[in-house]
Amino acid sequence: MVRHLRYLAPLAIFAVLVAFLYRGLSLDPKLVPSPLVGKPAPAFSLTRLEDAAATITEADLKGKVSLLNIWATWCVSCRAEHEVLVRLAQTGKVDIYGLNYKDDRAQALRWLQQLGNPYVTNAFDADGRVGIDWGVYGAPETFVIDRQGIIRHKHIGPLTDQIVNDEIMPLITQLQATT
Amino acid sequence: MIPELGNFALILSLCLALVLAIFPMIGSLNHTPGWVALARPAVWGQFVFVAFAFGCLVNAFLVDDFSVLYVAQNGNTRLPDLYKVSAVWGAHEGSLLLWVLILSAWTVAVSLFSRKLPAEMLARVLSVMGMISIGFLSFLLFTSNPFDRVFPVPLEGGDLNPLLQDLGLAIHPPMLYMGYVGMSVAFSFAIAALIGGKLDAAWSRWSRPWTLVAWTFLTIGIALGSWWAYYELGWGGWWFWDPVENASFMPWLAGTALIHSLAVTEKRGAFKRWTVLLALLAFSLSLLGTFLVRSGVLTSVHSFAADPARGLFILMFLCIVIGGSLALYAWRAPGVSSGGAFDMVSRETLLLGNNVLLVVVTAFILLGTLAPLVYDALGWGKISVGFPWFTRMFVTFTPFMVVLMGMGPLARWKHQNPGELARRLSIAFVVSLGAGILTTLPVFYEGSIWAGLAVMLSVWLVTTLFISVRQRLKARNGLSGIWQDIGSRGGRSYYGMVVAHLGVAVFIIGITFVSLFEVEEDIRMSPGEAVELAGYSFQFEGVEPHQGPNYRADRGTIRVFKAGNEVALLNPEKRTYLVQTKPMTEAGIDAGFTRDIYVSLGEGLGGGAWSLRLYYKPFIRWIWLGAILIGFGGLIAATDRRYRMPVRHRVSAAARAGSDRLAAEGKA
Repeated sequence: MVRHLRYLAPLAIFAVLVAFLYRGLSLDPKLVPSPLVGKPAPAFSLTRLEDAAATITEADLKGKVSLLNIWATWCVSCRAEHEVLVRLAQTGKVDIYGLNYKDDRAQALRWLQQLGNPYVTNAFDADGRVGIDWGVYGAPETFVIDRQGIIRHKHIGPLTDQIVNDEIMPLITQLQATT
Repeated sequence: MIPELGNFALILSLCLALVLAIFPMIGSLNHTPGWVALARPAVWGQFVFVAFAFGCLVNAFLVDDFSVLYVAQNGNTRLPDLYKVSAVWGAHEGSLLLWVLILSAWTVAVSLFSRKLPAEMLARVLSVMGMISIGFLSFLLFTSNPFDRVFPVPLEGGDLNPLLQDLGLAIHPPMLYMGYVGMSVAFSFAIAALIGGKLDAAWSRWSRPWTLVAWTFLTIGIALGSWWAYYELGWGGWWFWDPVENASFMPWLAGTALIHSLAVTEKRGAFKRWTVLLALLAFSLSLLGTFLVRSGVLTSVHSFAADPARGLFILMFLCIVIGGSLALYAWRAPGVSSGGAFDMVSRETLLLGNNVLLVVVTAFILLGTLAPLVYDALGWGKISVGFPWFTRMFVTFTPFMVVLMGMGPLARWKHQNPGELARRLSIAFVVSLGAGILTTLPVFYEGSIWAGLAVMLSVWLVTTLFISVRQRLKARNGLSGIWQDIGSRGGRSYYGMVVAHLGVAVFIIGITFVSLFEVEEDIRMSPGEAVELAGYSFQFEGVEPHQGPNYRADRGTIRVFKAGNEVALLNPEKRTYLVQTKPMTEAGIDAGFTRDIYVSLGEGLGGGAWSLRLYYKPFIRWIWLGAILIGFGGLIAATDRRYRMPVRHRVSAAARAGSDRLAAEGKA
């Protein structure tokens, strides 16, 4: 009988493999912590989307807890995310800034007109240079920035109500509570 | 309406798969011919409905029906028709439908070409394939339905990923799936044989041609993928040890071990347990590949949108299929006889040696692929296992494999006198060693020990094959007997082996020379400037805008001169697709038998100047030439005469099936 146990070896190896694969399902391999988290927001100076004559810099984000959302009209997921942002802006709990990424000014303005504008203001990053400094993989991405202008969290991909309620808002409340 | 019909057809085929999985299997166990006879109509029905569903999805893409979510995500009105069709398998849901279509087509093929099999055995094989089909059809219907609608209907689709808008990649997935799914035939034969408890020479003879055909498709599919990566990704690489590439390479290695092991089981009745285990392994690794690609547990350039629910479903499916089959193996294997005995020095030993090496390499690749996951799961941090690790592992084991490959065809079955084998190999040894040493000297290129080793191994394969063919023909009227020999029983098996092994010799030269002697330069060039690289002069004439059907491009012009003569005019492009504004590179390549010249456009640097990447790639074509020979060898072997039984057998088998049916009707 013991001699026959060796035929169970393949099954045993497979069982170990399954255990790891099962564990792997609840881990996210793409979750590489952003090197920017815990660091001051990278400096930038861009024209505003709404007004090509006015500029916006990272200093405008200081003094309050804010979100910086990277978006573009060519990005399908941004469209999906947009209503979530609009709802979040309506609560008035946090200022949302936009970084309009590699986009067309006229199209972007039309988008905001049609879908609603959740943003306090938008930086217009036509060639994506600032996006590179911020380590943007692709739109949409959202950064949580504290009062001192330090990045506290980065979310890659579209926001959903669930993510906002479970991850973003608790963090914002916590940051707003600390001075 | 049509998408609903497609959806309905999928549900019907799932019902038929259930019928196929249950009734013929039970019928074969309690010898009820009526239930056994259900297999064939169920197989056909399943295929017809899946094919219909597939047609519905193709149609949805062709008519730009963006009310179907999958089409809205991956289709576009401006997409050329060819890519509208290939967009069907451009993402998760549709590629899964393609997988199911191919599975049902393989099932039909088995039912068509295996009429000579005993009816109950065939019923079991088809039944097991039906079980696999249930898994994939329910996966498709419950987690990944390609016919889901979307409202409001978008006016324009999200377009096919520009990377996939390419002929090579349009046919790469179907080829690969033919290979993956084809391994399910060998798997089903193995399961059927384990259930019946009869692992004999007949079983291995039945599985062999199927395995060979599947393995050929897998070979070609992998080669196509590598060729595509080479000309489309713009960095001149052809293999990256990416998790998904590994996922296709592992079943290939296991399949390679399997076709060799099957040969031993058929000829000598040995290795039965090992062969059946390999048959289970090859398909299990195909399924594992599916899991890795579609569950998002590993990062890869290939992965589909990750969805934990899908991952969990496939994992459960893996547990049932692989776990169940390995449990069946553990239960049945002890009862299998050991079969033909053989000596320490014999062809069996050499083949077993190579088999073990192939499995060891497979295990290492599995380990390297899953290492990031294992580290993460155990909380040891994030790691990535890269190119150097895999390459070192591969380079360590391959030379031993090649040495054994050369010896195998020259050794006798069962018992081989070591002295006699050494005498036969001596000429090959001297010739290959000489060629190797010659290459090490700085005559061609700068000379290198590694190039010497590669040439030695390659020449070793060629000379041993030459000796083997000569020996074989000596016993068969010399060279004039070769055509007759090819047509004989076992002839094409042998010549298929020769061609495939020659392919390996070619392949070795390709990978080694391109890795060692490739020249690469990143350079900034202004129009009119020229630069020297590896004896060629590259003259940059500038970049012009160019308009494609659904993209804009910057098209560069580079003239390549050698010793004052123009040898090539290259037009590398940098494309921006209109919908998914990803920049894509189209390399300009001048292909040649002994070298490729490869240019890709980088960024525009202003004032007409561009950054360019220039490559000189010696012998890179030999990689794919070798792969084509390997695949072609498999195809030749699959058409061996002994797999085609005389007609009278077929008639009697059909007659038997007919009488079975009569008996069944009589009973009813």
